[in-house]
Amino acid sequence: MRIMQSSYSPRYILGRIALYGAAILLALWTLAPLYLVALAAFSTRQATFQWPKPLLPTDFSTDTMQFFMNTRGVLDSVGNSVIVALVTIAGSLLLGAPGGYALARFRFRGKEAISLGLLISKMFPTAILAIPLAVVFLQIDLYDTIWGVALVHIAMALPFVIIVTAGIFVGVPRDLEEAAQTLGCNRVQAFVRVVMPLALPGLVAAAIFTFVISWNEVFAATILTLRNRTLPAQVLTALNDSPLYYRYAGGFFMIVPALIFIFLIRKYLLNLWGNISR
Amino acid sequence: MRSKLESLLPYSLLAPTLLFVTLLIVIPIFQAFLLAFQSADGSFTLAHFQKMAADTSFGDALKFTFLLLIFIVPLQVVLALMMALLIHTRFKGHTFFLYIYAIPLAISDLAAGIAWLAIFTERGYLNSILNQLGILEKPFLFLSYQNLPAMFGTIVIAESWRATAIVMTILLAGLQLIPRDYFEAADVFGANTLKRTLFVVLPLLRPSLQNALIIRTIFAFQTFSVVFALAGRVIPVMAGESYNWYVTNRNPGVAAAYAVLILIFTVAATWFYFKFLKTSAAEAGYD
Repeated sequence: MRIMQSSYSPRYILGRIALYGAAILLALWTLAPLYLVALAAFSTRQATFQWPKPLLPTDFSTDTMQFFMNTRGVLDSVGNSVIVALVTIAGSLLLGAPGGYALARFRFRGKEAISLGLLISKMFPTAILAIPLAVVFLQIDLYDTIWGVALVHIAMALPFVIIVTAGIFVGVPRDLEEAAQTLGCNRVQAFVRVVMPLALPGLVAAAIFTFVISWNEVFAATILTLRNRTLPAQVLTALNDSPLYYRYAGGFFMIVPALIFIFLIRKYLLNLWGNISR
Repeated sequence: MRSKLESLLPYSLLAPTLLFVTLLIVIPIFQAFLLAFQSADGSFTLAHFQKMAADTSFGDALKFTFLLLIFIVPLQVVLALMMALLIHTRFKGHTFFLYIYAIPLAISDLAAGIAWLAIFTERGYLNSILNQLGILEKPFLFLSYQNLPAMFGTIVIAESWRATAIVMTILLAGLQLIPRDYFEAADVFGANTLKRTLFVVLPLLRPSLQNALIIRTIFAFQTFSVVFALAGRVIPVMAGESYNWYVTNRNPGVAAAYAVLILIFTVAATWFYFKFLKTSAAEAGYD
């Protein structure tokens, strides 16, 4: 226990004020850009050039967002982004979860080497994967397809997914699995009936984490496509020759899923982003 | 007891992953080196690297990549440490603040760059605020090549804003591994909050700090779209040059040379941190 302090001592009250003051300041620092880009995205297009700008939503309008969504290529790129992200989730979980299970449950030769290899493969710069793959994809007709992008995203997400799923499976008691086996389940049944339900929330969180990796990835998606852009690739390549309001709307649109997903997996934040980075 | 089949199970569970990683990570890295060091007829060449180094943007790209690293990483660590230590006190409402601080985790550097563009652009929100406060008559051009330091500063702010959240989760996860006894012992010996943080918490947090530093340094070498969003090509960076050589100049050789250079810096930085911030297993013994 902390040394007891009277709840109403001036020192205690000052400490609380400082604590909440700092917490609120840091929260404002985090929220201000989000609020302002939302404000810009929900103003009229003319308001982009207004000077000085109001800081309150005095002329709320969906004009800018409608313009963005109706711009050629945007809706398609949103669809592409969603498909790529879903394929990345499915692919990286189907490939990675069994690997994570193996690392969590078995002792075998080469385990250390594999763990180390996975750790290292998280470090490789996107450029060193994307550029040679673009050259190869041109030869095998995967260039400018969303499947090519999805393959690279799976490769990028896979090391994370294995490490995260290994952590999840370690958390499922082995005894339960063995009990199921003594009660007549075979190994697969024990996994499906006992391990999966217990691991499910963590796996969903890992899936959302994978979605975020894919939804946000810019470099490979831009290098590997020409017309079949994902949303970040579409916005990035339009940066230089698009009006400011287009960029604001695009930025805001890319941020929205982030807000939702962080909220959904808030309980798993530290396990996902905190521990996998160790 | 274990059958032969059983002992093969972990390998077969890992096999698809290993195959995929080989095809999409290991082989491409070899190919990147081939692209960077091979001439059209297949012989060894340094021509791509010479072309890269002879380009006028090369020196600036190196300079700005390292400058961004030097400014951004310490700023992120300080901000993240403040957030993590605050949350770790578990004051009433700390989960709400944790959620807010964590939001930028899921925001891409492109989107972060655009959000700060709305603030720093000529008729943007910062100039509007400064005008309404009576500080500025006319907008200040934060994002003009005439004010390069200001432009650079906007990138530092935007990227720090975004990636602080990542560092915070790493540090907070590290803080939670420190047994409460250590904090209590410090209290018993009469340490105030500052002393406790400096002499008890920070040394114990070193493994997490080291990881955070490695990860942020590695990704700093890849900084790219946040720079594009705020500075266009006025401030070149290495990953951006790689992109330009591939997309604009249609030269995979030089693009791959940049990628190889980024990889070399990545490996060197990791080695550097392990060498000079080494934490022995005993030091991290609570881990």
